[in-house]
Amino acid sequence: MGFLLEHYNYAIVIVLMMTGLYVVFASSNMIKKLVGLSVFQTSVFLLYISIGKVAGGKPPIIELKEHHGDDHGTPDAAHGAAAGAGHADESYEILDGGHGVAEGAHGAAEALYSNPLPHVLILTAIVVGVATLAIGLALVVRTREAYGTIDAYEIDELDYQYNVEGIET
Amino acid sequence: MNQHLILRVVAKILIPLIALFAFYVQFHGDYGPGGGFQAGVILAAAVVLYALIFGLQAAKDAIPPSWVRIGMTTGVLLYGGTGVATWFLGANFLDYTIFAPESTHSAGQHYGILAVELGVLCTVASVMVGIFYAFGSRQPELSDEDW
Amino acid sequence: MELLSYFPEWVLTHGPALLVVLPLLVAVITALLPSEKIAWLATILTAAMSIFLSVGALQYVLSVGPINYAMGGWEPPLGIGYHIDGLNAPVLLLISAVAFLCTLYALPSVVAEVEPKKRAPFYAAFLVSLAGLLGIVATGDAFNVFVFLEVSSISTYVLVGMGASRDRRALASAYNYLIMGSIGATFFVIGIGFLYMQTGTLNMLDMAQILQQNGAESRVTKLGFAFVVIGLGLKLAMFPLHTWLPGAYAYAPSFFTAFLAATATKAALYLLLRFVFTVFDVDWGYVAGSLTYLIAVLAVIGMLAASLQAIFQKDIRRVLAYSSVAQVGYMLLGIGMATTLGLTGGYLHLINHAMIKGALFLAVGAFWYRFGITQVADMRGLGKTMPWTTAGFTIAGLSLIGVPGTVGFVSKLTLVRAAAENEWWWAVAMIALTSILAIIYLGRLIECAYFHAPPKYGAVPAKRNEAPLMMLIPLWVLAISAIVFGINAEWTTSLAEAAVRVLDAGPNTMPLIKGGH
Repeated sequence: MGFLLEHYNYAIVIVLMMTGLYVVFASSNMIKKLVGLSVFQTSVFLLYISIGKVAGGKPPIIELKEHHGDDHGTPDAAHGAAAGAGHADESYEILDGGHGVAEGAHGAAEALYSNPLPHVLILTAIVVGVATLAIGLALVVRTREAYGTIDAYEIDELDYQYNVEGIET
Repeated sequence: MNQHLILRVVAKILIPLIALFAFYVQFHGDYGPGGGFQAGVILAAAVVLYALIFGLQAAKDAIPPSWVRIGMTTGVLLYGGTGVATWFLGANFLDYTIFAPESTHSAGQHYGILAVELGVLCTVASVMVGIFYAFGSRQPELSDEDW
Repeated sequence: MELLSYFPEWVLTHGPALLVVLPLLVAVITALLPSEKIAWLATILTAAMSIFLSVGALQYVLSVGPINYAMGGWEPPLGIGYHIDGLNAPVLLLISAVAFLCTLYALPSVVAEVEPKKRAPFYAAFLVSLAGLLGIVATGDAFNVFVFLEVSSISTYVLVGMGASRDRRALASAYNYLIMGSIGATFFVIGIGFLYMQTGTLNMLDMAQILQQNGAESRVTKLGFAFVVIGLGLKLAMFPLHTWLPGAYAYAPSFFTAFLAATATKAALYLLLRFVFTVFDVDWGYVAGSLTYLIAVLAVIGMLAASLQAIFQKDIRRVLAYSSVAQVGYMLLGIGMATTLGLTGGYLHLINHAMIKGALFLAVGAFWYRFGITQVADMRGLGKTMPWTTAGFTIAGLSLIGVPGTVGFVSKLTLVRAAAENEWWWAVAMIALTSILAIIYLGRLIECAYFHAPPKYGAVPAKRNEAPLMMLIPLWVLAISAIVFGINAEWTTSLAEAAVRVLDAGPNTMPLIKGGH
């Protein structure tokens, strides 16, 4: 039980993944299949995001005032923000490599940051998921117009009739 | 929807705020959490809300589908164009440092990111609105009363 | 080396990125174009440019060495790196060349099959699909692979669905493909996630190097391997995961079927090679075991089962689609042997099959274009009514069977030699048996076309009605290349050997950043 609680994120991922896959395969309703597919994909998003978390890690944003005095000899107020942000790029670079989260945090030296890379990857994957869902739904709409049903079995049945008897209904 | 006075009033107050928030997220994305994807979706949400409350036709009058189509491509071209510009300046694709090579605080990266994120905003907002229009414009076979 | 001097400097330095970016940018412009003619022109120019770039890349790789390109100036492994070597350069050329030939063919074919308003967006979707496939092959970043995999797949779903104006079954097929394809891509991305957990990097070369140092036997790596192989198996239509393929091939618009059959599964196969041999290592027990006991076995079962299914199909394109599943089996068998000769055979078959299947599907598209033929029984008399098209079809068909003097013979012979070298006599027997089955399912079509009288309309037999020249040219280019490279296989074999050298060298062991890990 303790093992499960320690790895509860994986437990959630596995439950969601299996639910999603089950819905995809068990449901004959084309929209429900797409819902299942989305749940399945969401479980992967969770998997990625949960591995980016570092215990006790802060959000990976460089705080400007920490760098202000130490790193730049003569900070002037107008310049400071940009310099800080420029510095953020460098730290991000170290984190980005992400060779072991601990190492990334070591590069940033001052504080422990969560690994931002999985979030960025998942942003892309979410966009891909949205596009897939939109295409899928568009196909369902067209299927409904062409076949008059969105049930996969009924569509198979209609196709079979068309194949065997040449009747298009 | 004429009878839903509260909805209409609330929406009228909310929609500009949502759009404003989208731009906040957009320009904050340069040095903090945010960026074109999120901002684009928020901006599209404003349009979708407008369409839900005042009707699809009203939304299409405000933001015509042809604009949406042009918006999608403009965004991608802005993104790709930034990359092509870096090529012509002699750097690798999307190597923004070339925009301000002398800068000590990565100003080039900022210019590049701004341009690219603007492209992303354009495309994402247009695509989301486009998807909504595409599904919304399908004529339902049943009238509202029959549902 | 001399050929290389014809290419300007920027082609060689920025080629990898340009290959992917150009079709993407032209695609969005094409989507806005009002005229289908201009859209077609933009598409064909882009495809021609892709050929130019990939020939440049190939020459450079063969005579100088691998090309590395850092996107955005961020050096790998921090940034996304494009990496072109002997393994993927030929695949790039293959995809570009097939895209060019299919676009030539598209001009008459799209007019017949796609509604006028949708034609310019159709070309745009095709270009996106092309960009995705080129991206899959060119990139050296594992997550980038996933993104391009989905870019090409999503546009493919759209294009398959566009076949609906011809046959409504295209919709259901596209939907099935979407479900299966998305599951495959998601499995792949789960695998990448596990590998990222183990190594902390997404760059394939870097990943290989870290896995070499530690983590080869870790459970996380094993899990990652399993998910990557199954995900790619779905995408490349490995035998029990192939159910999406026949429908998608049968109902997509003809020119796109040819493109899909010749390239999409090939790109996924390339990825399988890339991952299994250069990210993972065949020296690891579980990798070698799954090659021998999973991939090779499924390959052989697939060859047999799909060939048998092909015999009983009524629809010509379904015959060819099932045959594609069987041919993927040949390539997987070569990969499963994991010997130099076996891999050479598999890779050769990858290149050769693209020519053969491209030609066959182009010919079938022409049959539909002239006579609306989709069923095997309707093919009767085509040898008289469309002699040139049928002749091209027959050459490609003989090549698929593996008649000496054609490309099919070269690659099948290499595979048989490899199997004999391994003493896998059952594999030799299966290659022979499935070739006989291929004689049956293709012979049926060819027999129908040549030895039955043309159908009669009233009392008059159907007249000679040859396909337009724009359709014949790409068909015959592919058919002739199937003979030329069958008689003199030196060039294709040298490409395959260059690719196998990369695979034999195994995973990268050099740290990408100084100081190591």
